[in-house]
Amino acid sequence: MSLPLRIRLTLPRDSFRLHVDLELAGQGITGLFGESGSGKTSLLRCIAGLEKVGDGHIEVGGETWLDTDAGIDRSPHERSLAYVFQEPRLFPHLSVERNLHFAAKRADSSGVSFDHVVELLSLKRLLQRNATQLSGGEAKRVAIARALLRSPSLLLMDEPLSSLDAGKQRELLPYLDRLQADLTVPVIYVSHSIDEITQLSDQLVVLASGEVQAVGPLQDVLLRTDIELLGGAEAGVILETERKDYDDQHRLTRLQFSGGDLWVSADVVSARPRVRIRANDVSLCKTRPVHTSILNIVPVVVEEITADGDASVLVEVRAGSDHMLARITRRSLRELGVAVGSQLFAQIKSVAVRNSAVSL
Amino acid sequence: MSDGWQALLLTAQLAAITTAILMIIATPLAWWLANTRSPFRSPIQAIVALPIVLPPTVIGFYLLILLGPTSTLGGWWVQLTGSTLTFSFSGLVIASCIYSLPFAVQPLQNAFEPLGLAEVEAARTLGASKLDAFFSVVVPMSKPGFINAAVLSFAHTIGEFGVVLMVGGNIPGETRLISIAIYDSVESLDYSTAHTMSAVLLVLAFVTLFGMYLFNRRKAT
Repeated sequence: MSLPLRIRLTLPRDSFRLHVDLELAGQGITGLFGESGSGKTSLLRCIAGLEKVGDGHIEVGGETWLDTDAGIDRSPHERSLAYVFQEPRLFPHLSVERNLHFAAKRADSSGVSFDHVVELLSLKRLLQRNATQLSGGEAKRVAIARALLRSPSLLLMDEPLSSLDAGKQRELLPYLDRLQADLTVPVIYVSHSIDEITQLSDQLVVLASGEVQAVGPLQDVLLRTDIELLGGAEAGVILETERKDYDDQHRLTRLQFSGGDLWVSADVVSARPRVRIRANDVSLCKTRPVHTSILNIVPVVVEEITADGDASVLVEVRAGSDHMLARITRRSLRELGVAVGSQLFAQIKSVAVRNSAVSL
Repeated sequence: MSDGWQALLLTAQLAAITTAILMIIATPLAWWLANTRSPFRSPIQAIVALPIVLPPTVIGFYLLILLGPTSTLGGWWVQLTGSTLTFSFSGLVIASCIYSLPFAVQPLQNAFEPLGLAEVEAARTLGASKLDAFFSVVVPMSKPGFINAAVLSFAHTIGEFGVVLMVGGNIPGETRLISIAIYDSVESLDYSTAHTMSAVLLVLAFVTLFGMYLFNRRKAT
């Protein structure tokens, strides 16, 4: 299914007005990013038909779910969707297996195999348990499996990691990665964590006070440092890399991207890990530094320079076909004579790679 | 004692029919009360609770007027069936439903309230219609509430006296319930009959309530 999703709606809220007009790709994961209270959950609830929308139009997979002008407003169960809420919301009177069957029985098509979903989320051991006897992470996995078994045309996920502690989050992340690789259904994934959302999303929507600030492919949107949420200390980019070799002696893994190699000290299991590089961790040099402790140095070309506070600027550079951001002082900018088109070297102090994919 | 048995059987019949009707009426009413944000919630809630605080004679008095052949409802019933609602078994059923309504609504409402809409919404987004979600999620999740409501309505109907005396009178096989039969025996100084009937009622009531609380405790642990 690759028909685009069209979502246009207005919903008055106590403190703001949710107003969006989006056309999203009908495949992959769309990250919906914004601070708490920016309207992310409200938007998901409107899409699901759980909120009454006075003015809007929603089209998914070629079907009109909502058209207030034409008087169309399908009930939630008539919209081919599944919703993973912040809390698991399992049915406490049913076993895990019967929770899953609840969805499978009501699925629109038998597109997903029960056994496959059970396998995907490692639930075989839990099937006979009562839904109330699960740990937080287990309950979340069941909730995700239950949503998948609905065989929806659209999967809505509202901060699936938020109610879990850090340890439980690490436990669930590999499953989300597998989902990303396995799923053909489009997903709208809500989060207020930039790390989480950049790891999973293919495209990104930034929401602030109910208004869409940016929408587009993940890499493009991350370069929009004019947006408050994507600037500041969190400004940075995502690089798609390929795992190459492992230096056993120094315990380093070599990851390759279009602009060169990156060495990371993590034991990366995923074959195509995404790494996140913050603008604060990138510095620029005129010549390739030789006597330096920094391992990762790649040649770059300056593409754009934008103001960023009184003392610093953000420099967007190109390495191969990828882009990076570097935050440098205005003084360095002048002393190095950095201008658009300058050929420089980027020193990358730290590379965040989530060591997530587990061998299962 | 055949008169006593007849009264007991009639009482059980009335309680069973009343309970069945109340479960049908009270379930949607309790669900609405548990979830609505309507300004009518509080007044409706108060009306439902009235039979708890009003003297049964007051309810009985108003019902006598409401069900009597000169009222709209009573007159319509006479036209339809040829007999009056007052001093009939049908009249008793209506009176009992009103009298026992809070005992059905409140346990159900208490069961529905903590449930909130979370699980219902989950069911709705998994393809369940409103009715489907209610029967597949809400009802099984509120099973103790349904059992409490049924037991209390049944027991409370068995125990009514003032209302049924005013609306139903004392017609054997039609409106002569066990509580009225006991009153009648005492009035005519037939203490031994009153003793037997009272003892049977006492034991029945205890066993019923004991069973309900035992079930609730099992459910809780």
